[in-house]
Amino acid sequence: MTIEEGIGLVRRTMTSVVATGKLPFHSLLGFMRSSLLGTVALVLLVGLMFIGLFPQLVAPYDSSQLFYTNLKQPPSMDHWAGTDFIARDSLSRIIYGARITLLVAFVSVFIGDSLGFCWGVMTGYLGKKFDLISQRVLDMFIAFPTIILALLLLAALGAGLFTIILAITVVRIPGTARVIRSVALTIRASQYVEAAEAIGASQIRIMVRHVAPQCFAPLFVVASAGLGAAIFTEAALSFLGMGVPPPTPTWGNMLGGVLNELFRPPWWLVVFPGVAITVTILAFNLLGDALRDYLDPRLRGRLG
Amino acid sequence: MGSYIVRRLLLAIPTILGVTVLIFVAMRVIPGDPLRSIIGEGQIYVLSDEELASVKASLGYDKPLFVQYLAWMRDVAKGDLGYSFWQRDKSIADMVIRRGPVTLQISVMALLLAWIIALPAGIVTAVWRNTPVDYGVRGLVTLLMAVPNFWLALTMILLTILIWNWRPPMELVTLWDSPWTSFQMTIGPAIALGVGFGALLARMIRSSMLEVLREDYIRTAWAKGLDSSTVVIRHALRNALLPTITLSGLYLGATLGGAVAVERAFSVPGLGFSLIYAVQARDWTVIQSLVLLFAVVYVIINLIVDILYGLIDPRIRY
Repeated sequence: MTIEEGIGLVRRTMTSVVATGKLPFHSLLGFMRSSLLGTVALVLLVGLMFIGLFPQLVAPYDSSQLFYTNLKQPPSMDHWAGTDFIARDSLSRIIYGARITLLVAFVSVFIGDSLGFCWGVMTGYLGKKFDLISQRVLDMFIAFPTIILALLLLAALGAGLFTIILAITVVRIPGTARVIRSVALTIRASQYVEAAEAIGASQIRIMVRHVAPQCFAPLFVVASAGLGAAIFTEAALSFLGMGVPPPTPTWGNMLGGVLNELFRPPWWLVVFPGVAITVTILAFNLLGDALRDYLDPRLRGRLG
Repeated sequence: MGSYIVRRLLLAIPTILGVTVLIFVAMRVIPGDPLRSIIGEGQIYVLSDEELASVKASLGYDKPLFVQYLAWMRDVAKGDLGYSFWQRDKSIADMVIRRGPVTLQISVMALLLAWIIALPAGIVTAVWRNTPVDYGVRGLVTLLMAVPNFWLALTMILLTILIWNWRPPMELVTLWDSPWTSFQMTIGPAIALGVGFGALLARMIRSSMLEVLREDYIRTAWAKGLDSSTVVIRHALRNALLPTITLSGLYLGATLGGAVAVERAFSVPGLGFSLIYAVQARDWTVIQSLVLLFAVVYVIINLIVDILYGLIDPRIRY
């Protein structure tokens, strides 16, 4: 899948959601009323997604356009965030960089957390041997610090858009599975599950109709915090040169480019991409906190 | 207690075995032919089939996979981590002995710093809940949690260069040979790692302090007329710290991972820097040994934390 195809897919899905009017407006309003910080974060992220989808509308220049006379210039009226070491406009590169960062984060969290969700529901509900074995498999993945596991996968597969998505997806699965399993465990013990078993509902039916819906709220909370974590991981890996390779701009590889000139680093090349990463992670974290309070105040202690 | 420790130890064995299998599979099976993809891609020249076969035979890679795996396990068990793939005279065990202490020093300093930040921040925000102090400190904590540690590292380097025209030393020294140089080298990475970690811990301490402060025995302590420092520190903090200790262990492992990016930013010659260098050079014998080392250390830290947790809190025996 090329980047353009990926963006196209997201764009089509968004259009169909808007066209059929299937956005849950009421709960959205309720959420916005419940938390001011959450609303600010949400608006910021929607804006960021717009930038990611249509960077050409926002960016002053193309991300690869060269300004030969302005090599490594500090911020000016023409180039608000300065120019980089091969004379490209830094602000435009940050704006185009939002695309890759968000694409990687959304795709990998969507797939990874979905898989983790299914796995968690299954281990939590089925229990017994299946749970025992899958706990050991999860232990194995959790035994690696996140970035080390992602680096191992990238070392094996090579750097690139597809592989970094795959690496972050794999890294997401065990954590989500753990949390969802603990929720599923409590639901399995509830009376309505017992009742469903008594009238002879199949295990699959119970998992799909009774256990899974109860696990959605924690899933959203985990996933929204996970988006922040995925952006951090992507940025760190790109910074280390193991993400989407240049000349495609990502916030991480823009920071990585500075490493070659650390004896006299141009401050604007360090500050602005980093601020972009920090603000995005902050927004996802705040959204996650607000969602947690809104969806289920009881989860406060449990999800830390 | 004894049986609890034994059970935890036994559970760690399949985990570590699983880790070794995962690393082995990642390094040998996924990329197809490791030798061709390493020697062939972008290097000086592509090996012919005969050359490839002879190189493979000399390294023992013509044997079946499980034989190779067992051979690797035998070497690891003997403490023999092998040699760098590119520099055949460079022993990996030697590298670990020389560079490991740097990474360890950074992690321990980061952990200490995190506690120094987190304890007062967590206590103050919990005790003075919903006051301006609470809002201010919590705002700062939330912000710091979002700052990527490698960017903080870059910003610190930038600031020290711009303001004092100073940058930390980069040569490999040990704490014992020249403590001051070693401290200058590791303090930067330790701050970059410790600040975010401290923010996380502070949040954790606050929420568990809030829970504990609501308990009956705390009300009793206040009612007895004990002064506030005794109630907060002797009665509440002790219990509130339990979950934090677990988290602390988990994140000590995470700082090992975070150390890779931060060490790269500071160009500190620790194991994280060696790992990223090996990944870029596709030096896969080094990758496999270092990743194994990181994972085993992480498992051991978690094991120690679990056992400590069981020792501190007699209710935990699972």
